[in-house]
Amino acid sequence: MFSSLDWYKQMSDFNTIVFRLSDSFLLNIQLFGLTLLFSLPLGLLIAFCSMSKIKPLALLSKTFVWVIRGTPLMLQVIIIFFAPGLLNWGPLWGSGASARFTAATVAFIINYACYFSEIYRGGIQGVPKGQTEAAQVLGMTRPQIFFKVTLLQVIKRILPAMSNEVITLVKDTSLARIISIKEIIMMAQEYTAKGLIWPLFSTGIYFLVFVGVLTVLFNALEKKLDYFKV
Amino acid sequence: MKTLEVKELRKSFGHTLVLDGINFSLDQGRALAIIGSSGSGKTTLLRCLNFLEQPDEGSIYVEGQKIFDAKDRDKLSEADIREKRLNFGLVFQSFHLFPQYTVMKNVTLARELLQKEAGKVKGVQKLAGNIEEEAKELIAQMGLTGKENAYPHQLSGGQQQRVAIARALALKPKILCFDEPTSALDPELTGEVLRVVRGLVEKKTTMIIVTHEIAFARDVADHVIFMDEGVIVEEGSPGEVISNPQKERTKQFLTRFSNGT
Repeated sequence: MFSSLDWYKQMSDFNTIVFRLSDSFLLNIQLFGLTLLFSLPLGLLIAFCSMSKIKPLALLSKTFVWVIRGTPLMLQVIIIFFAPGLLNWGPLWGSGASARFTAATVAFIINYACYFSEIYRGGIQGVPKGQTEAAQVLGMTRPQIFFKVTLLQVIKRILPAMSNEVITLVKDTSLARIISIKEIIMMAQEYTAKGLIWPLFSTGIYFLVFVGVLTVLFNALEKKLDYFKV
Repeated sequence: MKTLEVKELRKSFGHTLVLDGINFSLDQGRALAIIGSSGSGKTTLLRCLNFLEQPDEGSIYVEGQKIFDAKDRDKLSEADIREKRLNFGLVFQSFHLFPQYTVMKNVTLARELLQKEAGKVKGVQKLAGNIEEEAKELIAQMGLTGKENAYPHQLSGGQQQRVAIARALALKPKILCFDEPTSALDPELTGEVLRVVRGLVEKKTTMIIVTHEIAFARDVADHVIFMDEGVIVEEGSPGEVISNPQKERTKQFLTRFSNGT
């Protein structure tokens, strides 16, 4: 074991700090990517449930969305991580760091799916009824109407709201530190505890750059859909 | 044999009776105009024919075959409805073109989808003819040659409505329905749509035209129905119903129109 002075010498080297921060930011990006990958389709499923003609299903779905949107994501991460143990379900998430990461990912997926579901619902219900009726009269089936007529119009409508939500997700990934996931802010705080504040401040740059890239992507996507008006 | 026969059609929304026993028939190649004030049930009638609403009572026959009977309406599957509504085409008041597709694609899309299913799905039959070529012909017939690759938002209302007519015709419906096709248009654009409809009348297309253009109805229709409060008040040739109405309600309606209100 080394003394506090040794630690300072070894770890305060600029390159080391940047390397460790970058490395931990990969966790943020991973959490971000996995959350998007699963919550985008899951959100659509929840949206369909909320709009279902089967009343109990719609009610259940809407209640679920209310609970998830009505409680802090940080709390959900904690509950999802600890619940299996408390309920004697055994090590549902596995063990160690990977268990924490899995639990956090699951919590993020559920949380974001609920937010996305409401954006989808608004987008789908915003497509004029006439579009569906025109397609029906032309003999299209429900899946054909959704995929060939409605979907692209929905995507165009929801793009601004989605880009907002996705950008929020980037920054929310740092909440995972509540169950000791060494994402970038948690990593930087180790230096703060030792009296070095600039690593924490510099984490902002990572988020800024990443969000910058996403903003460019979303703008490009919006531009690509500019060829028609809804 | 009548191309279309409608018997005792009734439809309520909640406690409001919108159609109260509608009976009429239509011969092959004839144009029927339905006139009447807003809320008289004209649009609901068209929507019933196109299975966008299901009547509470009554039946519908196309070419002698019963395609709808309210008694069996709960037994109708989505596939049945789909097959049967293809007897009809519908042109909406506010066009409802698909904004993300070009004029050409708007016209061909539904037929391409049907084509893919032909033979695989019950009741779906392949229509003869080349989809693209026929679409081009239809677009030309609508006076829109050169606009094939335009998107709906680049077109005027009148042009959009003509695309909508081509789109409906592409599926070769036995009966083409128009729901106030010029009501959403600026006055200077109604002419081009009415000209196209007139052209269809000359080609002996079987049509039902719900319209507020009384003069147009008088000119092109073979038969006119005046509806009020869910019933057919008066029907006959344009000369009878429009030029020489017998019923008080028809007279009132037509007077209001000639006064420009």
